[in-house]
Amino acid sequence: MPEPLLRIAGLDARYGDFQALYGIDMTVAEGEVLAIIGANGAGKTTLMRSIAGLVDNGAEQVVFRDQAIGALRADQIAGKGISLVPEGRQLFPSLSVEENLLVGGQAGRPGPWSLEAVYKLFPILEERSGAPSTALSGGQQQMVAIGRALMSNPDLVLFDEISLGLAPVVIKAIYDALPGIVGEGMTAVLVEQDISKALSVSSRVYCLQEGRVSLEGSSAEVTRDEIGRAYFGIG
Amino acid sequence: MEWANAIIQGTLLGGLYALFAAGLSLIFGVMRLVNIAHGDLIVLAAYLGLTTSTALGLHPLAALLAVVPLMACIGYALQRGVLNRTLGDDILPPLLVTFGLSVIIQNALLEAYTADPQKMDAGALETASIAVGGLSLGVLPLLTFAAAVALIAALQWTFYRTPLGRAFRSVSDNQDIAQLMGLNRRHVFALAMALSLAVTGVAGVLLGIRTNFDPSIGGGRLIFGFEAVIIGGLGNLWGTLAGGVILGVAQTVGAKIHPGWQLLAGHIAFLLILAVRPNGLFPRISG
Repeated sequence: MPEPLLRIAGLDARYGDFQALYGIDMTVAEGEVLAIIGANGAGKTTLMRSIAGLVDNGAEQVVFRDQAIGALRADQIAGKGISLVPEGRQLFPSLSVEENLLVGGQAGRPGPWSLEAVYKLFPILEERSGAPSTALSGGQQQMVAIGRALMSNPDLVLFDEISLGLAPVVIKAIYDALPGIVGEGMTAVLVEQDISKALSVSSRVYCLQEGRVSLEGSSAEVTRDEIGRAYFGIG
Repeated sequence: MEWANAIIQGTLLGGLYALFAAGLSLIFGVMRLVNIAHGDLIVLAAYLGLTTSTALGLHPLAALLAVVPLMACIGYALQRGVLNRTLGDDILPPLLVTFGLSVIIQNALLEAYTADPQKMDAGALETASIAVGGLSLGVLPLLTFAAAVALIAALQWTFYRTPLGRAFRSVSDNQDIAQLMGLNRRHVFALAMALSLAVTGVAGVLLGIRTNFDPSIGGGRLIFGFEAVIIGGLGNLWGTLAGGVILGVAQTVGAKIHPGWQLLAGHIAFLLILAVRPNGLFPRISG
């Protein structure tokens, strides 16, 4: 079996005295779409933030391309080729749409994604390129957040709750764009509340419950009962 | 005509105050840091200008070529070595540390240069003037005002038209997310402080040509800078120029009414504007 692109081993995460993750073990293979599901407060966002370097970890707890990155800063991890689309979009309010995208490309990694490629994926952003990011609808802001993450030409993109708070038609548009993103040779980890959506786009799934992995399996094979037990801890 | 002269002289004086204020405004805008040592750093720049020009036999304006990069390097090192460690959710540590820095700079200057007032000799430039419509305008104040306009325009351009400016604004908006984009906030903050102290270098040398200075005058320059920033609106560079001009005009008009009222009139104008517009006249605007 080839070495996974990302290997997480015994990952703990804390916010002060509060422990959010307990000994998470996880692998992400190159080119796959991995889904992470779990109830609110299960630790999904903390896991994404830990991988991206926004939460302090032990060096060996996160290994990317055979390199221990757990103790690196977020900007160093971005330079290694991991990009996060954060929960709640979190665009830069004082920057225009185009400037938000350009900041995403600041790391200067080579690859297929450029301003033109992002505009081709989301044509509405080109029309609104000079607008303040705060003037956009929620769906358009999510497109900017995704485009901003792609602009760094990452090898691994972490999507944290990309459909949260968006209208169904917008969610569909974003999920329709996903194959075009992953098809460019990227690996994706998708945190998603909508379980059926998560299973439909991913090849494997992990479920978190109270900071621990409660289920790991093939997205096509896990049953509703297994998910119910892993998600709610019942049954 | 005398009143017109007071207003024009005040406007030109406002250029110097805007130079004092621009660095403060920039630093506050990027990292919400209130630099209590800013006035003393202006005085430090004046002394560096004095030392450079006397040691190398240069005109004080030529000393800018050494003082500006030197101040920028001091700014970068100060931010990376000291001030970055004080930044966080609590605004008190940077205030206390820059206050301590202010005391250290003052005492170091006192030790190195004594308390005697100093002045840079710019020769004929100090007294040169041009006559415009019956008014006599000093070349040095005109040059100072032009430098303030040019530097603020350059800072504004840097902020809104360059990758460095995008980095400043994105780190200012959200440090964590900027880090995710590959920006090292500690480096970005240090670049902002370097830019701030480069402007302070210009302000210090022009101050040192215009007037006597000694190690204790930093506090007063800090107050003028603060007042200009707050009158103009926090984080707004052109507003800072307007704030400097309003402060300068209030001072010269006050002095015209009564020679003892110069500083008082400036402070009263500041307090009045603060009472009516607590966010300043031009709170933070986009490019």
